[in-house]
Order: sequence, then structure tokens, then C-alpha cells
Amino acid sequence: MSEAALREPFIRLDRVRKAYRVEGREVLAVSDVSFDVEAGEFIALVGPSGCGKSTLLKILSGLVLNDGGEVRIGVPEQRLDAGRDVGMVFQQPLLLKWRSIIDNVLLPAEILGLPQREARERAFHLLELVGLKGFEHSRPYELSGGMQQRAAIARAFVHDPKLVLMDEPFGALDALTRERMNVELNRIWKESAKTILFVTHSISEAVFLGTKVIVLTARPARMAGRIAIELAEPRTLEAKTQEDFGAYSRRIYELLGMT
Amino acid sequence: MRFEREELVQEPDKQASIASDREIGASAASSAGPVSVLAAASAWIRRHSLAIFSHVALLALWWAASLKVPRFILPSPVETMATLGVPRYDWLRHTLVTGSEVFGGFLLATLIGVALAVAFNWSATVRRAALPPLVTLNMVPKVAMAPLFIVWLGYGIGPNIVISFTICFFPIVINTARGLKEVEPDLIDLVRVIRASRWQIFRKIELPSALPFVFSGMKVAAVLAVAGSIVGEFIGSERGLGYLMMSVQSTLDTPAMFMALILVSLIGVALYALVAFAERLVVPLDARVS
Repeated sequence: MSEAALREPFIRLDRVRKAYRVEGREVLAVSDVSFDVEAGEFIALVGPSGCGKSTLLKILSGLVLNDGGEVRIGVPEQRLDAGRDVGMVFQQPLLLKWRSIIDNVLLPAEILGLPQREARERAFHLLELVGLKGFEHSRPYELSGGMQQRAAIARAFVHDPKLVLMDEPFGALDALTRERMNVELNRIWKESAKTILFVTHSISEAVFLGTKVIVLTARPARMAGRIAIELAEPRTLEAKTQEDFGAYSRRIYELLGMT
Repeated sequence: MRFEREELVQEPDKQASIASDREIGASAASSAGPVSVLAAASAWIRRHSLAIFSHVALLALWWAASLKVPRFILPSPVETMATLGVPRYDWLRHTLVTGSEVFGGFLLATLIGVALAVAFNWSATVRRAALPPLVTLNMVPKVAMAPLFIVWLGYGIGPNIVISFTICFFPIVINTARGLKEVEPDLIDLVRVIRASRWQIFRKIELPSALPFVFSGMKVAAVLAVAGSIVGEFIGSERGLGYLMMSVQSTLDTPAMFMALILVSLIGVALYALVAFAERLVVPLDARVS
């Protein structure tokens, strides 16, 4: 028996396929996507916009069912309850205007009916972790776009999910804020020890954040390749100027057929 | 390009303006003493000084015009006010009748309108079946249905409430339904991932998101509600300000007609103010639709 069969990965996607019906015609969004994710990994999914990356995340979150292949999340020793072990972050912060920041962060805990006091303590701690200490009782509109997105990240972590899915979370931010958020997310990921799947169409963001980068082709999303990223930890913006960073980026450009 | 630090610098400013807003609300509500009430009142007058001035100017214009025109065409403001002292007009009773018709019709329309919009949101089948005939029915001029309602329901407050209701109902349904539909789909996905129930989604996300739209529908309806009741009273009633206007018309008692008109308008203003006040309590400032 091989070693791989003995120890199953935390998440396994095997030839996953998804088609949508649009005006009677079948449009393939995801085709033959296979990769494994180990617990605690940071997987960056990179590919052209509209290539079906978001569909892939929706399949993983259980919002959409794949109609081919197999998706298996969780292993016997680390079960994953689809109903409570997933956190999500979207491109827009999607904070509720009528709630304070702390109450926004607490929304998943409320829906899951988690014990209030512990959830609150956790939410305060998370807001400190994402750098929003002192803004707990502010309203969303009082915060800048970057700060709102930090709150959205804290909200995705509040129910202590094992898996966090992020769909271009920094896509709407300006370039400089985005760079800063990358550094922050790298730190948050390390401190929280979660498994993160992160969709982006920024190659440098994918290399900077990922322990593994999955490169997908244009619609339908097919596997173009996967690359393990080994950069010095903790990752700093300086790493972006190093030679190995450039080599990883170049490899991704090649896989995308852009060179 | 936006720099977060710079925005942070602006924060205290923003917070200060919010804080002062809250203080005004608090001092008005807590009735901390005559001094603070006076201060709040003078602040209010200062803030609305231009609007107060233009209202006074309007009154002056009316008064000036009335000097040149016969009394039975345009009575002066003073003559109009004087009718309040004439007991045979029975202002209080008529105002209360019209007021209860207006508020009754409006309240009924709000309750049924919001409930129906929620049902539309809940079930696409209900929406597809019930919305088109509603749109068709809305094409019928509600005022033109007034004689029918009187045949069906007889004289009195009842039919006038129904007429007011039919006029108010539609803007509330449409606005509420739109508000419920405008919720960001990703926001719903965010909680569906953790298996939020249909009720939780409604209670925690859809309803509060839709509230600003509900209130904007209610504001439109508040203006219409008065028209419904008055038309009902014109056609068949022996009470209410509309009835009073019809009964003094034959004697060319224009001052009383003017007074009735003012009172009818004040009922509308009161209803509108009540809705605006409720909105202030429930909907945060930045989420209001106006």
C-alpha cells in the first residue's frame, strides 16, 4: 500500500466538473479540476477573471453541487461539518450597515447559536488580530474600505471554522492597501493555523500568500499546474523583490500561457 | 489612491458630527430640564430658519392677496382662523373622524402591504401569481372606486378607511418588495454557508435591509392617505372634514372651507412626521432612502 493511501489529505478534489445551463445551452464552468489540500495550508487559486474560480469555491462551501467528479472535505481524524466549519470572505466586505463592527463580526456566531460570552470574547480578540482594536463600536461607514475588509475577515473567523474560503477579498482595494493586507493576512493565517483557499487573479498576491498555487485556465477552469511555494517566513514585502519570487511568478505566467 | 492612515486622521471629525447628532436626539428625549429644551428649540429654529421664513412669507402673500379679492373667493388668514371659534362647525369632531380614517387606512395598508411583500419574497409562485393582477388593479383610479365602496359598505368611517387603504397600499407593497429583492446575493450566501434558516435570513438580513425602502413607501403613502379619506367623505358621509367642506359650499362659506383644508393638510403632516420619526428611530442615518 502506498503512503498516500494511508494518509488522506484534508481536502481532495478529484476531476471536479460543473456546468450551468444558460438559455438551454450547457456552459462548462469547471472541468477536470483535481488537487489536494493539507490541513493548515494556504492555497492560492489563480487564473483569468471569470474562469470559474468562484464556482470552485461555491462547490467547496456547499452552496453549489458539482455534477461530476468528487469533492471530499475532512478526514476521519479531523471532521469537517459543512454547516459550521466554513468561513467566507468576498470581494465586498458585505457588512450590515445597521450593526456596529463587533455585532457584524458576531453574525455567524448568532446564526449558529454559539455561547454568547465566549463568542464575544473571541470577536474582540479577532478584531485586535486584524488591527481594528478601538473600532469595535464603530459603524461600517465610519471605516475605510481596507478596514471594512479586515472586519469581514474577522467575521469569517469568529465561529472558529476549520476552512476559510476567500473570493478575491482584496480585489476592490487600492494597490498599496492591498499590499499591506497581504502581509496582514499572512500573519493572521499563521496565528490562526487555519486552512485557507484564496481566489485571486493577481499573480504576485498568489505567490506572496500561498504555500501552494493552483493555476487554472480560462473558462472552463481546468488545471494548468500547481506550484509549491517555499519562501522565507514570515513573508515580508521585501520578498517580492527577491529572485525566487520572480522565478515563481515567471513559472505562473508560463502556465497561463502569457509569456 | 487612498491611504488608510489619512482616513484614520479624518475619523475623529466624522465621529464628532455623529456624536453631536446623538446629543440633539438625547436632549430632546430625556427632557433634562427647561434649559436644554430651550437650547434644543433654538437650535432647531436656527437650523430651519430659512424654511420658517418662507412659510411666513407664504402667509403674508395670502394675506396681501386677500385684501384685493372678495371674501367669498379668498378670505384672509385672520377670517379663516376666526372660524375655529364658531361652535356650529364642530371642528374637533370632524377632524377626529377624518384623522381616524386617514390613520386607519394607512395602518391597514402598511400591515397588509408589508405582509404581502414578504410573501412575494418568500415564494416565487405567489409573486408570479399575485403580482400581475395587483399591477392591473393598480391601474384602476382608486378615487373612481369610491362610489362603489359606498354602495358595498354603506356610509360612515368604514368605506372611507377602505378607500384610503386602496390608495396607500400599492406604494408600500412595491417599495417593500423592491427592498427585499435588493439584498446583496453574496450576503445571503455568506450565511447560507453556515446553514442559516430561511427565518434567520429574513430576520437578520432581509428585513433590516428592506426597512429604508419600507419607510420610503410609507412616506409616499402618507401623502396619499389623506386624499383617499377626503374623497370618500365628499361622496357619501355625514361626518368628517370632507363632509363639512361640502355642506358649507352651498352657502359660499369660503373661510370654513379654507380652515377645513388646513386641518386636512395638518393631518397629513402629522402622519408624515410620525413616519419620519419612526424611521429615525429604526433606520441608521447612512442607510436611509430619501
